Amino acid sequence: MSAKLDAKIPSGPVEDKWDEHKFHSKLVNPANRRKHTVIVVGTGLAGASAAASLGEMGYHVKSFCVHESPRRAHSVAAQGGINAAKNYKNDGDSVYRLFYDTVKGGDFRSREANVYRLAQVSTSIIDHCVAQGVPFAREYGGLLSNRSFGGAQVSRTFYARGQTGQQLLLGAYSALMRQVDTKQVELYPRREMLDLVVINGSAKGIVVRNLNTGEIESHEADAVLMATGGYSNVFFLSTNAMACAVTAAWRAHKRGAYFANPCFTQIHPTCIPVHGEMQSKLTLMSESLRNDGRVWVPKAAGDKRPPQQIPDAERDYYLERVYPSFGNLAPRDVASRQAKFRVDEGRGVGPTGMAVYLDFRESIQRLGVHKVKERYGNLFQMYDKITGENPYETPMRMYPAPHYTMGGLWVDYDLQSTIPGLFVMGEANFSDHGANRLGASALMQGLADGYFVIPYTLGNYLASNKLEKYATTHDAFKEAENNVRMQTSKMMSIRGARSVDSFHKELGHTMWEYCGMSRNATGLKKALEKIPKIREEFWSNLRIPGEAGQVNPELEKAGRVADFLEQGELMCWDALEREESCGGHFREEFQTPDNEAKRDDEKFCHVAAWEWLGGNKKEVRHKEELTFENVHLATRSYK
Amino acid sequence: MSDANDKKINLTLKIWRQKSAKEPGEFVTYEMSGVSTDASFLEMIDQLNEKLITKGDDPVVFDHDCREGICGSCGFMINGNAHGPQKSTTVCQLHMRAFESGAVLTLEPWRAKAFPIVKDLMVDRSAFDRIISAGGYISVDTGNAQDANCLPVPKPDADAAFESATCIGCGACVASCKNASAMLFTSAKVSHLALLPQGKVERAERVHRMVAQMDSEEFGACSTTGACSVACPKDVSLTNIAKMNRELLSSTLFKREAAESDGI
Repeated sequence: MSAKLDAKIPSGPVEDKWDEHKFHSKLVNPANRRKHTVIVVGTGLAGASAAASLGEMGYHVKSFCVHESPRRAHSVAAQGGINAAKNYKNDGDSVYRLFYDTVKGGDFRSREANVYRLAQVSTSIIDHCVAQGVPFAREYGGLLSNRSFGGAQVSRTFYARGQTGQQLLLGAYSALMRQVDTKQVELYPRREMLDLVVINGSAKGIVVRNLNTGEIESHEADAVLMATGGYSNVFFLSTNAMACAVTAAWRAHKRGAYFANPCFTQIHPTCIPVHGEMQSKLTLMSESLRNDGRVWVPKAAGDKRPPQQIPDAERDYYLERVYPSFGNLAPRDVASRQAKFRVDEGRGVGPTGMAVYLDFRESIQRLGVHKVKERYGNLFQMYDKITGENPYETPMRMYPAPHYTMGGLWVDYDLQSTIPGLFVMGEANFSDHGANRLGASALMQGLADGYFVIPYTLGNYLASNKLEKYATTHDAFKEAENNVRMQTSKMMSIRGARSVDSFHKELGHTMWEYCGMSRNATGLKKALEKIPKIREEFWSNLRIPGEAGQVNPELEKAGRVADFLEQGELMCWDALEREESCGGHFREEFQTPDNEAKRDDEKFCHVAAWEWLGGNKKEVRHKEELTFENVHLATRSYK
Repeated sequence: MSDANDKKINLTLKIWRQKSAKEPGEFVTYEMSGVSTDASFLEMIDQLNEKLITKGDDPVVFDHDCREGICGSCGFMINGNAHGPQKSTTVCQLHMRAFESGAVLTLEPWRAKAFPIVKDLMVDRSAFDRIISAGGYISVDTGNAQDANCLPVPKPDADAAFESATCIGCGACVASCKNASAMLFTSAKVSHLALLPQGKVERAERVHRMVAQMDSEEFGACSTTGACSVACPKDVSLTNIAKMNRELLSSTLFKREAAESDGI
């Protein structure tokens, strides 16, 4: 094991680690904070909350985003809710139970200490968001309302109709804009991070492209915080927004940050099925729908009758059948795989046969249309707009789709990567979800990292190190700028025949087929042959119209696809070498007789963290062993 | 089943092309054939762009990201309607089944002095960010909050605050107003925060500063036609504007009283 992979988990009982660690962390005197410049890349939940909190503390923050406004980051699209161990329902919840559920839900591939901390700070997140004016759903008595999410038997999810991500992001955004108003935070919208600047082994700045003018700019700082999201768009079709990319993370990886567990991707069970070749993205329907919707397929293969004409006795409510105790609220990886099995059995529904039903008939009978509308109105409306069908009358058709990536840049307990001074937050890091993320935990983690973890751990870094200041005229900045300029002019000068999207789709199909919901060694090896060929053609036959010195969306996309073409290959290596099934990583060779994921704790109870070696060299796989002292390793069962 | 009804239609598009804010623009006509009615409007433009790129032409630039109607990035005029003909729908959620074959569609960017054109159908709406930074928040630092349930909020107030807070900041309200007014956008945030007990402390200063910033960005005065709310893809209600006017008036009165009692 590499000496670099020290997770720096504090000693002591898991309940006390974070408090002890905070006490022993060094502090930066308020008068000295303004002397430190901190770069935050990304303005989703993690980035905006970090930039706002650090601004409030008195640091000089530079906040960057690719969008025209920080409010447009993709956290805005999260629908269902945010978990917190408040136990307002008096149904047996506790910090320990949220910790336990998350470790188990992640199929024992996350770090206990991180997950415990996440569960601990979850309650403060709700308090803070309410104080900011986030309009969570409430009961008639004026107190907060909760609902249930997958992988848990308590109701601990706070929500704002089906727009929880939007409301939480607008809360963090308003806190950020308040700091912009006081000039603690400088905002740099429409900037894309294209390189990380490392001087004497520490992160000292970034190089960005101004997407409106094409200018390449350098920015210097004492630390760089990345909150740049996940890489589901490697599949081309996913529920991610169009601009979501691995680019910032990948460029940091190429500067020395290890990439952990890239094969841990989440395929969300309830998304609107694919409709045609020109489709540009997939739309998720919140997991919260499984609170009141029942998932089924016809019992008989090839039953083409309209759903209303299929009597109950001829329907297979398969989640309720296979997992009687969790039923329709089985975790995402489990629910997705079961949908795939039904489709593979020829029992899929809809014109393509690639879907299952999510049916609200009984809930509407039980609760009335009004109540169902109040809970899920905007989701039903969204479904209707996209499919032209009314889900109050016809069951929704659903199929799994790439949604979230548990893998990401490796970080230690302080959220610091293998490059000192580079911190990674939110979906961009690999930390808390193991091999499968539970619903309503992404919002929790993003805000935990930004509001309640980084303000402590960053201070410790700044106070413990003698930080040299470098100007952006330093050779390292010039080298990084040249690097970016050369890549840009290389892409512009190919003048081939194919569009960026055509390459992205080809890569996406390959990834979905061989490294998607289920994987096997033969397929992964095939993908490892195909991807370098796509990459080769990309670099010889790409066409980008227009010029580099202006708004050029094709050029932006090309940079992102170039990185996916490298990172997709690493995903396949990671999936191939992890010879077990766990969470969202399902290797067909490793399954139980009843088709559940079969872990191999002897050989694979570790994090795989990959080190870039440059050129076409295969990356080196490092291990961080995982130990479970509190939640004992066991086969997950939701039966 | 919608897929079974998948039809192909033909369209004529007249699209505003403008290289940058400094250069003049013009309408360019494109013929589209075989467009699937299951495609979204933006996927139809993707299809056009794919053709333009293969020919070596500059693709049409438009802002977009989530394509789920929530990020607020997309939006342009289709035959004079912000986000097109379908009510409560952003252009990314508008599907081609809303159009007949043979339709002629004119696509223009949001037109407002406060929203300079970046390129083609893409405009710069950073004026909205500056309005929010002039008070569109509750001043609470991280780590100060009491338990969330210490402060009950009556459900009708919480629901009303939520309705106002659903604004996605797309700018359709400004584009639909003959005065290019940002009253609906600004008032949605003012109302959201004024409706909640947490937001009441700063309400007077908030409304003053946000309205002043709105005016300085050169948005026009309220036209009182209500076009903004009709065009709003999130159905943000006109009552927000009434509420903001009331907030502004009462805060002006209170401010005067406070100033008088201070002997000013």
